[in-house]
Amino acid sequence: MRPTTPLHRPHPHESARLHVTGGALYVDELPEARNARIGLIVPAGVAHGRVVRIERSRAESAPGIDAVLLASDIPGEALIGPIAHDEPVLAGDEVRYAGQPIALIVGESLEACRDAAGLMRFEIEELPATLSIAAAIAEESFFGDPHIIRRGDVEAALESAQTRVEGELSTPAQDHFYLETQAALALPLEAGGWQIFSSSQNPTEVQQLVARTLGVGRHRVVCDVPRMGGAFGGKESQGALFACLAAIGAARIGRPVKLRLTRREDMAMTGPRHPFWSTYEAGFDRDGLIQAFKVATYADGGFSLDLSPAILSRALFHLDNSYYIPTLRFEGRICRTHKPSTTAFRGFGGPQGMAVIEDAINRFAERTGRDPTSVRVRNFYGEAPRDRAPYHQRIPEPRLSRIHSELSADAEVESRASEIAVFNAGSLHVKRALAFQPVKFGIAFTNRILNQAGALVHVYRDGTVQVNHGGTEMGQGLHTKMQVVCADELGIPLDNVRVMRTSTGKVPNTTPTAASSGSDLNGQAIADACAKLRARLGPVAAGMMGRACDEDLCFEGDRIATTDAERSVPFHEVAMQAWLERVSLSATGYYATPGISYDIEAGRGCPFFYFAYGGAFVEVALDGRTGRHRLLRVDILHDVGNSLVPSIDRGQIEGGFLQGVGWLTCEERIESPDGRVVTLGPSTYKIPAAGDAPRELRIRLLDRAGESRTIGGSKAVGEPPFMLALGVVTALRQAVAAFDGRTASEVELRLPATPESLLRAIETRAG
Amino acid sequence: MSCIRFHLNGKTVEESRARPSITLLDYLRVHLGLYGTKEGCAEGDCGACTVVIGDPGAPGGPVYRAVNSCLLLLGEAHGRHVITVEGLAEGEVLHPVQEALVRHGGSQCGYCTPGVVMSLFEAAHRADFDRPWKLADQISGNLCRCTGYGPIRDAAKEVAGCQPPDRYAVLLSDGPAGPGESFRYTGEGQEFVRPRRLEDLWDALDSDARCAVAGGTTDLVLDAKQPARTIGRLVSLSGIEELRGVEKGERRWSIGAMTPLAELEEAAEEGLPMLASMLRYFGSRQIKNLGTVGGNLCTASPVGDLAPCFLALGASVILASRGGRREISIDRFFTGYRETALQPREIVASVAVPVPRENEIGAAFKVCKRRELDIATVSAAFLIELGNEGKISGARIAFGGMAATPSRAPSVEATLLGSEPSSASFAAAAAAIDSDFEPIGDHRGSASYRGALARNLVLEFGDSIEMRGGEAK
Ligand SMILES: Cc1cc2nc3c(=O)[nH]c(=O)nc-3n(C[C@H](O)[C@H](O)[C@H](O)COP(=O)(O)OP(=O)(O)OC[C@H]3O[C@@H](n4cnc5c(N)ncnc54)[C@H](O)[C@@H]3O)c2cc1C
Ligand code: FES
Ligand code: FES
Repeated sequence: MRPTTPLHRPHPHESARLHVTGGALYVDELPEARNARIGLIVPAGVAHGRVVRIERSRAESAPGIDAVLLASDIPGEALIGPIAHDEPVLAGDEVRYAGQPIALIVGESLEACRDAAGLMRFEIEELPATLSIAAAIAEESFFGDPHIIRRGDVEAALESAQTRVEGELSTPAQDHFYLETQAALALPLEAGGWQIFSSSQNPTEVQQLVARTLGVGRHRVVCDVPRMGGAFGGKESQGALFACLAAIGAARIGRPVKLRLTRREDMAMTGPRHPFWSTYEAGFDRDGLIQAFKVATYADGGFSLDLSPAILSRALFHLDNSYYIPTLRFEGRICRTHKPSTTAFRGFGGPQGMAVIEDAINRFAERTGRDPTSVRVRNFYGEAPRDRAPYHQRIPEPRLSRIHSELSADAEVESRASEIAVFNAGSLHVKRALAFQPVKFGIAFTNRILNQAGALVHVYRDGTVQVNHGGTEMGQGLHTKMQVVCADELGIPLDNVRVMRTSTGKVPNTTPTAASSGSDLNGQAIADACAKLRARLGPVAAGMMGRACDEDLCFEGDRIATTDAERSVPFHEVAMQAWLERVSLSATGYYATPGISYDIEAGRGCPFFYFAYGGAFVEVALDGRTGRHRLLRVDILHDVGNSLVPSIDRGQIEGGFLQGVGWLTCEERIESPDGRVVTLGPSTYKIPAAGDAPRELRIRLLDRAGESRTIGGSKAVGEPPFMLALGVVTALRQAVAAFDGRTASEVELRLPATPESLLRAIETRAG
Repeated sequence: MSCIRFHLNGKTVEESRARPSITLLDYLRVHLGLYGTKEGCAEGDCGACTVVIGDPGAPGGPVYRAVNSCLLLLGEAHGRHVITVEGLAEGEVLHPVQEALVRHGGSQCGYCTPGVVMSLFEAAHRADFDRPWKLADQISGNLCRCTGYGPIRDAAKEVAGCQPPDRYAVLLSDGPAGPGESFRYTGEGQEFVRPRRLEDLWDALDSDARCAVAGGTTDLVLDAKQPARTIGRLVSLSGIEELRGVEKGERRWSIGAMTPLAELEEAAEEGLPMLASMLRYFGSRQIKNLGTVGGNLCTASPVGDLAPCFLALGASVILASRGGRREISIDRFFTGYRETALQPREIVASVAVPVPRENEIGAAFKVCKRRELDIATVSAAFLIELGNEGKISGARIAFGGMAATPSRAPSVEATLLGSEPSSASFAAAAAAIDSDFEPIGDHRGSASYRGALARNLVLEFGDSIEMRGGEAK
């Protein structure tokens, strides 16, 4: 490591000072938003119906109202969507979910808009609605064909297995609950131009869909993302709708319009994590090795396609989690229902897939009285032939066994297990349990095309630098990492590098900041741009030092030096000299991840660039009287390669883990029988609060873990830790079982494992 | 012409047009363009909007209180000293709590952060962090979706009670009950009245205007049936000093209706531990700083947390009106779903709570989906009296979440009377729950879960007594 590089060292978030002083601005608060009119979206209010008549004249003439827009007022194309264009910007003839926007009111204040909304009249003929996965299956209401991955004769292998475990698992929806709700601002400019500000992970898609909705070329629209107050996948595709609505409102009145959803609106209008329902059969041999795994899984896609096919693929790709499965058949389908369109959410189907095999292993261990940790470890990927994923990609150097053994020592598992046994023997109404959870997570967009990124780096004559890249900042620390990468590449101080807000005008045709790949892709693109700049600055510096122009130089400590360190010149002097010599100080960079391919028909290929690994030991205490539990201690060992910024990675691990805990334990999205979301705010939808965090949390980053082909040897970290929370379920199941001491019997625990669900699990066993 | 005047980060703000019922949050963001304070929910449940107000009337002298600005009426800000996230740093120099958050990595997306900063600001100025749970309670009202809370907890631990230099200290004694007359203000046709003395209250209430009494407004602001903006006249009780405070008599405590829950919690720690333990899991620190005892009773929620305790303790409610005062038993205060014995133009002035005697044992429990900042699925409070033979000679047992109002459990009580405080007795008592209640199911829990919880809480209470060996403390 070079002495002055900021790489691989802890740094605060690049906006931390702004966050704590209130100076960090989000879309709704930008100076450009100050004189904007306000948009209010009117939801249809029925899950499925035919629009007979909409009466808007009273609302239009209400005080403070500029315009009321309906589907027929959209200047360009009426349909948008990230893969298929199947989402109306405003409902036209048909309403397909209760929160669906049907009208847009634009006025001088939110209050005026709300008053006007009360004056609108809708006549909507209600139609039968499909509101569950079960109903969709019964009605054969699906999107597309099944996705199938298979290897060997699964029926025969199940037949010959020593133990066969059958199960069924529903994993719940999860609202993103980013603290900043969806927001957008549209400003009409001169000559038909548009400036859009969007709280979006995908400004290029916003640009594209706004252009489409307005019926103009993409060159007329620039979309900027200042920062997001959290996104977690919820703003990968679903921010676009609100930008399009703001744009059509602004086009209509010829003035800037901004939209920021209330929490209730956000929770009613946008879609959560896909609920999945899966049935499975798993066959194990007498050593507890998985012989065969057959899974049929159904994802509730909601009313439109959104990103569901990619999410389903990733779920299927993670049905193996960390375990080698010789014979298998995985089949997945996407259900079409009359609900908000479900969408990307940290893990992107991975958690839903992994939960299935973890359930199978739990049931197997419970039924046969085996130690669930040993079953897991025994089934890890390993040497050939145990190194082939279900989709046939080779898993090189799985770090699972190493993680397990190091973590077992870190977490003092042996002594704690006996302490827990003693505790449980002496405690009637509270039981403890300790469980292990491994995670293997594939990194790359499974859609090959998305694995590309661009950057634009400007050096100014004083030696300071602006970096533009295609990634967006949602709190994950991407800008911090990119600032560090750029400073490292040019050998200049961190303070001299400024990461600019994401703009489609600076770096075009970007892909979403998602799939944990933001720093992998954009870091490489920035490195590429910096390499070009070094190649241009090198000869200038060499000339200044009286050296040959092709001499290798070292960019380090805000200077450019000869490799023998005999001579050096300050970076800023070289920048100035380059300008005087008419050498370009600005460079673009580009990166495309090599070697990714997948054949969906055959269910084979190499969808991933590499794999990230992690492991957790989770200890819970469960109160048998109330069903409440506590996370007593969690130990995590995570493989982030050679971390770009360890403090940021730790933050991702800690936050991701607790978000996973929320998904599996307290977050319960409840819908009414007629398809309305009931839990529309934090008073009823409970994400983890501070008191739900583990009492004790120890996180360690795996050392000696550098990855060969990535930026700085680092690995992605955004999503993988989320799935470590599955260990909480295993631990809770063990705690439930501890109440009656019966071995060799399965636990029936519905997810999320709320106190009610846990109490029922305990009482069900009690008979 | 009257105007709302308050200190905002040390500067005076005057407002003479805005509606008094808009929230301070909306006023800061929409009217003043001060965007540091965030809106995450507008229902008091996320803490992103947290600001700090000076409370000159606290028993030990003026204190800072972190409150949800989405629940504070602009009218209530009059005369107060408000600090927002923008008011902390001096130039480039961060305030110690900001500095600690940066150093511990306490912000990721940063949207919850201004609220966290203000909660920690209160923490820095508190002097009562004698137990670890108080620090947990301090940050329980700030949801963060990014960090997993560890770094926030670490920063909180570091700054709690550090008493940093305070350039606003001279303003700390300004508040609603400060010197002066009743405060009256009208904006956009809506009136806001804050009398200084009880006598002046009746005039304010006696008008024809559609009128509402404002306590801490944590319920009022969110009332869907009567949104605050539709109320003709808001009559605030916060200026009337005599309605606030806890008087600890030897036999009986008198708790003023306008006592903030946080103040009651502190008072109850010594003398009424049952009440203190219930208040530990009441809302959040911010809610407890704003919400009042009177408001909690008058809103008459079936899952209001104080009611089961007051029912078990055998409290009575002191009602006041122009005609004078009357005292009724808490048993007769709740008359139906969200209905009380309050007459028009009558207020709750205080609650009288008998202090448990030596031979009485009490405890309170609250179970919800999430441990902190959640409404109870079922809550319960118990007070039993042990007679001479060691048998149970008195039992007052009350539940929240089991019926349309917080209610006593007569069959459970009857089963216990005269029996030994043994596990068999409590098992029999638990079985009697079904004769007392037919709970409903909703998004907080099914009917059967509620029944099971209520039974188990009776058993839990039984165990806690057994553990004490049946001795009153
Ligand atoms: C986020 C959040 C969390 C909460 N958590 C809890 C909880 O855990 N447990 C719980 O029990 N409650 C909880 N609540 C509800 C509420 O905070 C409490 O009921 C609180 O005590 C209400 O007091 P207040 O002073 O704010 O009432 P206000 O909102 O001022 O008043 C409530 C009602 O009572 C009337 N009123 C107020 N004071 C008087 C009086 N002295 N005389 C006559 N009428 C009066 C008002 O006119 C109004 O109708 C929560 C609320 C929120 C927003
Ligand atoms: S905005 Fe969420 S508590 Fe006020
Ligand atoms: S930092 Fe994003 S919500 Fe707390």
